[in-house]
Amino acid sequence: MTPTLRRRVFLAAAAVAGGLLLWGLTGLPDYGVYPGPYGDVLNAVAVDERKATNVVAAVTFDYRGVDTMGEEYILFAAVVGVAIVLRAQRGETEQLPDEDAADRRAPGTSNAVRVLGLALLGPVVLFGIYVVAHGHLSPGGGFQGGVLLATGALLVYLSGEYVTLRRVRPVALIDLAESSGAAGYVAIGLLGLAAGGTFLENVLPLGQPGALLSAGTMPLINLAVGLEVAAGFVLLISEFLEQTLVVRRPGEVT
Amino acid sequence: MIVLEVAVFLLVAAGGTAVVLTRDPLDQAIVASFYGLVLGIMFLVFQAPDVALSQIAVGAVALPLMIVLALAKVRALAGSGKDDRE
Repeated sequence: MTPTLRRRVFLAAAAVAGGLLLWGLTGLPDYGVYPGPYGDVLNAVAVDERKATNVVAAVTFDYRGVDTMGEEYILFAAVVGVAIVLRAQRGETEQLPDEDAADRRAPGTSNAVRVLGLALLGPVVLFGIYVVAHGHLSPGGGFQGGVLLATGALLVYLSGEYVTLRRVRPVALIDLAESSGAAGYVAIGLLGLAAGGTFLENVLPLGQPGALLSAGTMPLINLAVGLEVAAGFVLLISEFLEQTLVVRRPGEVT
Repeated sequence: MIVLEVAVFLLVAAGGTAVVLTRDPLDQAIVASFYGLVLGIMFLVFQAPDVALSQIAVGAVALPLMIVLALAKVRALAGSGKDDRE
């Protein structure tokens, strides 16, 4: 295909796609107008029905809990996939000659980064736990809090040495957290079946809206998701770090 | 409020364009990190603070980190440490 022909095909396709896009955009509701009935209905009934002050959490972890379970397993599968793909390559990276490391030495960490990273570590981890625990009360939840917790591990790496990260990152424990987080979601779902209801039915006592222990199974599901996401991201980040640092410092990591 | 919304939309459009126009992968990772931050601000302005939180952690930190690490790996494998841009 010559460049001229390629350009013509592109321009024709772009004109069609652009026309369709414009046509579709003219049919959209006005800016800021919400025409669907579900949001209004849920806003009206969710706090009463589920005692969760965060209606988004009531949707994702209760009314449509099965969708979120699928979402959690997408992340689980992705992390497992990355671990498998990168593990297969580890043998060959360890055989790389040492001279690669010499001209690729990372510059030393500055004291400013170290102090800032260590000072941020406590607040970030605490905030992550807070976001996971208050998912049914305020914006946040297992996914958001879990990612925040994982950035804590990243701060350890940034402000210290990779060796330090390896010490605070017991692989067996992370693996356990990852899988128990994934399995926990299903276990909470089976709780509904065991109680004679449907899968993922909210069978625990709902409590008072606004209380930390309220909204039935939602805090538990948030905890499971938080565990899974935090462990998954730590696993993901350390797999990538290991790949690079095995190349950088063969003596230390192997 | 509408001014803020328009401003953040323009910022997102500029950020996305900047990511596309940056051709070197390493530079692109940094620009993408900035774009992730801008997207986080957009979610905050449009009252989705929970999405903003995960967007900042994933889009501005985790994704660029993985790109940078993958680039480091690729360049190490390409050998001799010399720059291999086209």
